[in-house]
Amino acid sequence: MTDVAETCVQENPVERYLRMDRIPHIWCPGCGIGTTVNCFARAIEQADVDLEKLAIVSGIGCTGRVAGYLNFDSFHTTHGRAIPFATGLKLANPDLKVVVYSGDGDLVAIGGNHFIHAARRNADLTVICVNNFNYAMTGGQAAPTTPLDAMGTTAPYGVCERPFNLPFLAKSCGAVYVARWTTYHVRQITKAMVEAMNKDGFSFVEIISPCPTLYERRNRLGSGLDRMKWFKENSVIKNGSDTRNIDIAYQQPIICGKFVDIDRPSLLEVTEAKIGDIRGKQRWADVSRRQKKSIEQTE
Amino acid sequence: MAGYDSGSIVGAHYLDGDHAASEGAIAAGCNFVAGYPITPSTEVVERLAWRFPITGGTFIQMEDEIASSIAIQGAVWGGAKAMTVSSGPGISLMMEHIGLAAMTEVPCVFVNVQRGGPSTGLPTLPAQADMMQARWGSHGDYEVIALAPSSPQECFDLLIHAFNLSEQYRVPVLFMMDESIGHMTERVVIPPSKQIKLVPRRFTKLGPGEYLPYRAGDDLVPEMTQAGVGHKVHITGLTHDEQGYPVMNADCQHQLVTRLVDKIRNNVDKIAFYHEDEIEGADVVVVTYGITSRVSMRAIRAARQEGLKVGHLRLVVVWPFIEEYIRSLAGKVKALVVPEINLGQMVLEVERCARGQCEVVLVSHAGGTVHNPQVIYDAIMEAGR
Repeated sequence: MTDVAETCVQENPVERYLRMDRIPHIWCPGCGIGTTVNCFARAIEQADVDLEKLAIVSGIGCTGRVAGYLNFDSFHTTHGRAIPFATGLKLANPDLKVVVYSGDGDLVAIGGNHFIHAARRNADLTVICVNNFNYAMTGGQAAPTTPLDAMGTTAPYGVCERPFNLPFLAKSCGAVYVARWTTYHVRQITKAMVEAMNKDGFSFVEIISPCPTLYERRNRLGSGLDRMKWFKENSVIKNGSDTRNIDIAYQQPIICGKFVDIDRPSLLEVTEAKIGDIRGKQRWADVSRRQKKSIEQTE
Repeated sequence: MAGYDSGSIVGAHYLDGDHAASEGAIAAGCNFVAGYPITPSTEVVERLAWRFPITGGTFIQMEDEIASSIAIQGAVWGGAKAMTVSSGPGISLMMEHIGLAAMTEVPCVFVNVQRGGPSTGLPTLPAQADMMQARWGSHGDYEVIALAPSSPQECFDLLIHAFNLSEQYRVPVLFMMDESIGHMTERVVIPPSKQIKLVPRRFTKLGPGEYLPYRAGDDLVPEMTQAGVGHKVHITGLTHDEQGYPVMNADCQHQLVTRLVDKIRNNVDKIAFYHEDEIEGADVVVVTYGITSRVSMRAIRAARQEGLKVGHLRLVVVWPFIEEYIRSLAGKVKALVVPEINLGQMVLEVERCARGQCEVVLVSHAGGTVHNPQVIYDAIMEAGR
């Protein structure tokens, strides 16, 4: 007989990246958020990231709880405001790798303004958005991502609004990396997270996730497992797709892939080019003299 | 004659309050400011956007005041000394994040150059009508510190003090200027940096595993850390235990919120300060703060010339309120006269603390300009009769 202890006691490879003292987590059986966290834990091993310098920022909601389970400097901020918090954190301490990890309602409804502006200014952030098509923490209300006609507790006759196409939104505002996958695509998610984290500037990964307790149940779409099968059968991988054509319609195929991977000077790069020089080489010299002259003239 | 010293423009200058506040921030070692344009506070951020490149600071104009008020908190966790600046509607938008800063104990400064309200109100004209908002504007029980400068010189001096208090107590500090002070230009003397006392951030010396971000000692103020040094902290706006982990029960709520409040309430004597002028033996004491203290001085002088014994108590730190001082003062005078550019805010505190021992007279003003000193004079003479 082999040594039972030896064969059974093996550390889960992602445990070291989790706050195991906070497990079990609050997510429901069949929820996809934990899957994405698993992918993330594997991605940080492959990405060019100093784990001491990794900071996770979340907003509020089910995905907002991710920060609380990851064993890094982690910040659970206010609803919708993870991105501006992360922007301040990164600008004040450019050595950090700052990842925003939150849900669709948090990032693009209440936080939508911050989302578009962070993409516009190409803030040096990786934004991971778990899109479960509804507000789950509060009980399944419709979100700006809920497909037209799908039900939510605040849309009992079906949603009447067209949802956001998040990759298109991110791309048109200036994101340098944009990908979309479902929680069925664990290897692709991991790879997308690695690529996103290795980019300078605003990188965005959307992950379509089941919410069996609320979205799937209300819309009679089955269990978490049924949903994974549906993702498997109804996802169409089209890398490089024009993001204008990848809207998500209710129970229609989901276009997945990497859509954007470009280079454009990031906020930090531009800031350092303009101001870093002044601060470094010319400190107390030209600008100082100019400011001094101007101060004396005006005052 | 201006000189340069650690980025500060040492010497005597002719500055308005907004610009003096900017220089105060630089002298305080502030190196991160996020802001959004709004009258009458815009000049503060304009000057910092111009000055920060040589003082080593970062300025970012965010997409709104909500973003500004949380970007500074991210910056603090990145190790910066940070501030945001706004007025009226912008300050209203920031209220949730004043609560976040109180809850997560982030030392930072919110400058409010007050203008007439409510809503868009009087963007270019003064008021002092955000005093209660400063204290109670965010939801839940918490304490903040608020200061009210009454001159451009104080905008410089007290802004440094605001940063010091925020570091010492790990609280958001509200800097309650108003349009008159912000746009009033006067002589401002900036001392050499070695004469300026700064309270450094109380960084922990404990290593990873030992350090708990919300374990406080006897002074109830926990030590700080920053991201990227290995502590792997979790910071949340949820009710949390000493480790920073969310705990959803009444016991944890009681412990946390009581400490957040007590760390300020137990130290009112150390935090709050005020200026007294002929309080001893006075029959009437005028209780003022900010611009109104300067307007009142003319009325007080005139009343004294009429032979009335008038004292002047000028609040510099308005929150926490000097409850015991006012209670004791109320037992010794006939009346306390409270002029303020609102329809009665700090007067409510004065009344509460006076406990009916003397008459408390409000001299109100809806905003848009400062009081006519005559109105304050009349109120003093009436109260002293």
